[in-house]
Amino acid sequence: MLSDFVSFTVQGLFLGAAYAIAASGLVLTYATTRVFNLAHGATSMVMAFIYWQLHIGSGLPTWLSLVLVLFVIAPLFGIVLERVVMRGLGDAPVSVSLVVTVGLFVFLVGLAQQFWPADKPRNIDYFFGYDSFPLFGVRVSYHYVITIVLSAIVAAALYMLLNRTRTGTAMRAAVDNKELLELFGANANRVSMLSWAIGSQLAALAGILLVSYTGLDYYTLTFLVISAFAAAMLGRLSSLPLTYAGAIVLGLASAYFPGYIHGGPLIQTGLQSSLPTFMLFAILIFVPQVRLRVGQVKGILAANVPTRQRTLVSAIGLLVVCLIVMPFLDPTNMLRLGIGVAYAMVMLSLVLLTGYGGYVSLAQFTFVGVGAAVVAKMDTTSPLAILFAVLISAAIGALVSLPVLRLTGLYLALATLAFGQLMDKLVFQADFLFGFGGTLQAQRVSLLGYNFNNTRSYVVLMLLVFLLMGAGLLVLRRGPVGRLLIALRDSPAACGTLGLNQRWFRVAVFSASAGMAGLAGALLAGLQGTVTPVAFATLQSLPLLLVAVVAGVTSVSGAFLGGLLLMLLPVIQATIPSLSGLVFLVIGVGAILLGRDPNGLVNVLFKGLRQLEPHLPLPPRLRALTAGPPAPAAEAESVPEAQVAGHGVA
Amino acid sequence: MALLEVTRVTVRFGGITAVNDASLSVDLGTITGLIGPNGAGKTTLFNVITGLQSPTSGHVRFKNDDVTKATVNHRAKMGMGRTFQRLEAFGSLTVRENIQVAREIHAGARNWFSFRKDPKVDELIEVVGLRRYVDHRADSVPTGVARLLEMARALAIEPKLLLLDEPSSGLDEAETKGFGKLLQQLAADGCAILMVEHDMDLVMGVCDLIHVLEFGKVIATGTAAEIRGNRAVQAAYLGFSDAAGIPIPDDVAAEATAIIGAHSASETTMTLPAVETERR
Repeated sequence: MLSDFVSFTVQGLFLGAAYAIAASGLVLTYATTRVFNLAHGATSMVMAFIYWQLHIGSGLPTWLSLVLVLFVIAPLFGIVLERVVMRGLGDAPVSVSLVVTVGLFVFLVGLAQQFWPADKPRNIDYFFGYDSFPLFGVRVSYHYVITIVLSAIVAAALYMLLNRTRTGTAMRAAVDNKELLELFGANANRVSMLSWAIGSQLAALAGILLVSYTGLDYYTLTFLVISAFAAAMLGRLSSLPLTYAGAIVLGLASAYFPGYIHGGPLIQTGLQSSLPTFMLFAILIFVPQVRLRVGQVKGILAANVPTRQRTLVSAIGLLVVCLIVMPFLDPTNMLRLGIGVAYAMVMLSLVLLTGYGGYVSLAQFTFVGVGAAVVAKMDTTSPLAILFAVLISAAIGALVSLPVLRLTGLYLALATLAFGQLMDKLVFQADFLFGFGGTLQAQRVSLLGYNFNNTRSYVVLMLLVFLLMGAGLLVLRRGPVGRLLIALRDSPAACGTLGLNQRWFRVAVFSASAGMAGLAGALLAGLQGTVTPVAFATLQSLPLLLVAVVAGVTSVSGAFLGGLLLMLLPVIQATIPSLSGLVFLVIGVGAILLGRDPNGLVNVLFKGLRQLEPHLPLPPRLRALTAGPPAPAAEAESVPEAQVAGHGVA
Repeated sequence: MALLEVTRVTVRFGGITAVNDASLSVDLGTITGLIGPNGAGKTTLFNVITGLQSPTSGHVRFKNDDVTKATVNHRAKMGMGRTFQRLEAFGSLTVRENIQVAREIHAGARNWFSFRKDPKVDELIEVVGLRRYVDHRADSVPTGVARLLEMARALAIEPKLLLLDEPSSGLDEAETKGFGKLLQQLAADGCAILMVEHDMDLVMGVCDLIHVLEFGKVIATGTAAEIRGNRAVQAAYLGFSDAAGIPIPDDVAAEATAIIGAHSASETTMTLPAVETERR
């Protein structure tokens, strides 16, 4: 009994120590630069691959490979990252910095897939192989001991750096007030560069220590970011000692759990792998409310909201174009168009949430999956199935956003990531809860006795639903709700002092967005006739968000373009398998580049068209319809100061 | 009973005491000024009153209810409106939309799906004189206009108590005069106004009662005439205190009075009125 306990404890301490190293890197970069690096785990993963390449691939000795990764490649990576991607991102809205780090996340996964294709198993042994020494009757691996000792050294080194050096003082000052720090002559850019370098180093160290335990693949280490985040949340993303405590608790829990709690597969695989997520939610519920920040008047540039007339013309135009194209599509491509339209509906849910509201969901495909699963489980052609799918998705959306009600957008986004992981492990990829062993059958809806057995008619139905959703969204945007969404993003404090209960407003918006995604899932299930859970994995939600932003997440037309682009990705990957990783690289880079302008490609496209328009032979009536509304902002800029001062007060 | 009562409020940030045992009250239909040097804790006190900052100790009572623990939006619904020193206009919306949103929040969720026009929006635009700017984005108008916009927005929720944080900065002399008239009109209509302001002409001209804050403490309370002559106030504005018993030379006192109120320096320098002085 005692030997069991010792063996679990040692294993738990090992895991906790490694989590602590990863989490302290996350906290360091977040606290000093206000950018939460979602790609922290992905950095660990890529560094572990590089270590494998040097050590096993090129046969370099262990010590040399370690020195190269930890003291040359990782810090250099961090510095380049800070210089090229992250600088100034801390002052941007949370939605922008999240999109950029998700872009980096997908980029790094794509990089790993491109350079180290999954064609052969790659293994890294424990340090000193399986050498061990006896302790209370169990063998303790040297690797575990090294990890625990290194973790303590990292803690001591960070303490010394932050409390005993000038640079450390500057780093701590950067947490409170960057402007003030610069006034006192410290170089804020150097401070942020240093913290990214150290952050990457710690990610690399954690990755290398864990990789022999977890195995070398694209995702296990990448999702280490959730464990690290759970630990860091105990320290509220600022206290390193509490972060260490959180990591050790998490490590011990994940070691004791399978050792002492026995049960069916639900307990064994499901709950155990979801421990970090549960811990995260538990902590989020008890984190006190954040204070509303009072700042400066700074609007964002949003796409123009089209007039009613223009909306109608565009909708009819899109429908007509699709109807003309459809007869030329073979069944495969017809199905693809349908999938594209379904994705476009999901993108619409992001237009509401991210484009208008400024919130980020990292698990939008999970809600699509919920909608699809409900339709498949209800197994009926009645439209009620679709209604239920929408309501259940919306209800689950409300439940997810409830615990983070009092917190800022960053926590909402991370809670969705944790939720997506939870659903993957407990619902979608396990057969014990919903009988999802593989594929479910789904029936197409029938309306007023009409069965949409013909795929073309069903795609037309989907297109109509998309257009109705888009038009509805625009009506909402022009009215009070739209103004409220923008107002809340511009100044939460002012909305509060005007009497808005932001908590419930936020839950309502998130829930509506989840319901829209659920509707897309319900229709998608009918289109394909089958529901495969893998299609709704959390990992799918990240490219979704990125493509939405790249295409343009502030407009309905952007959503349509994004839906088609997202549908084309797997088509490209299937056509040219050697480029499968490259596709992710391209989206990742696209998001990093375009993340700061959420109006996206579609905006660029429309601008180009508008410049072309005067040269096109269009009848004047049509021209009047397609012309955009005048921009009042431009007019305002031309008001001279002298004139402004002369206005009267009643 | 006063409309607003702040009782012994203290706010500490780490080692700094921003507001130190401050008490004040505001009555219906009056204009109350809150003055003091920069960093005296005026805005922090505003944040405590409106609920953006919870006090370390002390109580806030509004309409005879203890609202110390109430949320920001609950206090707004009870009838507290405010403007911000560092502007908080909705930058991506036009001036008209800013006021519209405020009316819509005030109307409540039931009315968010109707598209009826609210005549009060145009009325407010006229009241503060923003007609020229209605279609401009709020992040593109000059500071003075944005302050008036915040004022109109605060009025949109039909407040019983209006808290104004430096409302006249960015306005010229004529505009400030007009603004003072507007405040008096609002007070005459029954609204209570608490105002943080650096323009002493405006404060001395319109305020029925003035509280002076220094280092987070209320060091004096009184009418304009009383405040002008108060030595502690004079000292506060010159950056040193006569608390230690060092007498203030008359020429210094005169200079301080010139800062606090230039108009009637000669009649007030020599009087020491019976006001509540510091409790150090």
